[in-house]
Amino acid sequence: MRQKITKYLPLLALMGVFFMNNGFAQDLMMVRSKQAFPETMTDLQNAIIKHGYKISRIQRVDIGLTKAKYKTDKYRVVFFGKQDEIEKISRDYPDIIAYLPLKISIFAEGEQTLVVGMNPEKLSEFYPQAGLQLYFKRWKHDYQSIFDGLVK
Amino acid sequence: MNRISFTKKTLAVVLLLISTGGVCAGINGKSLYQHNCAACHGDGGKGGVGVPLGLESFQVTISDSYLFSTIRNGRPGRVMPAFKRMSDAQIDAIIKYVRRFVKSSKQSIRVTYSSKSIKGDIKAGAKIYQKNCAACHGAKGEGGKGTGVTFSRPRDLPIIAPALANSGFLKSASDSMIKQTLVKGRKGTPMVSFLQKGLKMKDIDNVVAYIRSFEKLAAANEKKLSHDAKAKNLSPVIKVRSEYDLKTTVANLQKAVAASNYKLIRTQYLNQGLVEKGKENKKQVILYFCNFNQLNTALAIDPRVGLFLPCRLTVAETKDGVFIYAVNSSRLSQLYNNAELSKICGAMRVTYMAIIEEATL
Repeated sequence: MRQKITKYLPLLALMGVFFMNNGFAQDLMMVRSKQAFPETMTDLQNAIIKHGYKISRIQRVDIGLTKAKYKTDKYRVVFFGKQDEIEKISRDYPDIIAYLPLKISIFAEGEQTLVVGMNPEKLSEFYPQAGLQLYFKRWKHDYQSIFDGLVK
Repeated sequence: MNRISFTKKTLAVVLLLISTGGVCAGINGKSLYQHNCAACHGDGGKGGVGVPLGLESFQVTISDSYLFSTIRNGRPGRVMPAFKRMSDAQIDAIIKYVRRFVKSSKQSIRVTYSSKSIKGDIKAGAKIYQKNCAACHGAKGEGGKGTGVTFSRPRDLPIIAPALANSGFLKSASDSMIKQTLVKGRKGTPMVSFLQKGLKMKDIDNVVAYIRSFEKLAAANEKKLSHDAKAKNLSPVIKVRSEYDLKTTVANLQKAVAASNYKLIRTQYLNQGLVEKGKENKKQVILYFCNFNQLNTALAIDPRVGLFLPCRLTVAETKDGVFIYAVNSSRLSQLYNNAELSKICGAMRVTYMAIIEEATL
């Protein structure tokens, strides 16, 4: 037994490093990209697709902002999801439908860009059904990975 | 038995290392800052949603213990979250990193304050406060409106006046620190030295005593927030059954949205864009709508709220009938730790209910 444990210790330690993150996930996940809005938007979309999702729509939330004396009109919400997941979840758990598809908002702040998403694990507080928990965990992991990629 | 004990101990050590983030990587203040603080406070503490931590006049009047307590306790109702799960060592590492933002020829900034109370005349302090502080910090110490200089919109001030009647602030700031801030002011912000304003040390002591007297109010504010947090017991979603078929329900909602002074942005299927055109599930329909004045007001309070904009209602035909769903904004407002925003979210919930009621009558 000791030998087995010793054998797997490096693997366990590596797993620890893999899962370790310096981000203390709050209910809202936020990152600041040092890149300007267009570049960050491109990176965000690529990262979402790389994680196996399809972008269903990019919604402007900035109409009228410049008229209201905002300096920027660079504010978008990116909607995305996986068709099979959305179909299954909305069929089996229709009450979650108001939270689908997934979304991440992105807006310019000067020459940098802020990206915000609701921590998907927060949904487990709203919807404790066992069948949903794995989805929430994976979405959270994917969000973290997408966000981390934008910081680098 | 020994083997089992060894196994358990080894696993415990590994799990402990994993949970504390102590494996290999060590504690890196810069990385912690970038992952947890930079989104709001900006790279190098330039500010944004949060306070510009790199402001020298700010750093020379705050102690490490003030920063520590601020990170640990946050500011209830004022966006800054409490980092309860962060270890002491991690918070210390962030503070060390934050201290490096001020590049001056002076020695590294080390400010310490006595925790001793400062005695003063609260009534006299209240008068001075109303005359000199209330315009920025609010008549009842509620602080300036908004969340900071973010969203690239024009602002005259590099900082939003902090809420003084806030339990997080009062826990973090000692009387001596408040006094020092009043004495020195904060260069680069509208906070000017009270001595330069012609006030005397005794007057300043009186103001400190008055600010400390906010503790009762701060406790009441926190209690109210905690009461609002009972909204956590609210359903995360508004769900109303419609007696009409899906098509009629959608048409009724469209009319009700327009009648409520909202602009209907579009009506689409839930999985539109995820499936090939023509293969959408036509039993799940989303209506997006907006009132631009409300949108601008909400974004000015907290730009992150765009995550839940534009307003939306979803209609679904299930085996149990046709239902209308909406995110319960009162429940979601908890995410933002922003008391001002919570009020708007409460009003939004009422609007959703009115629209749904109108459509399902």
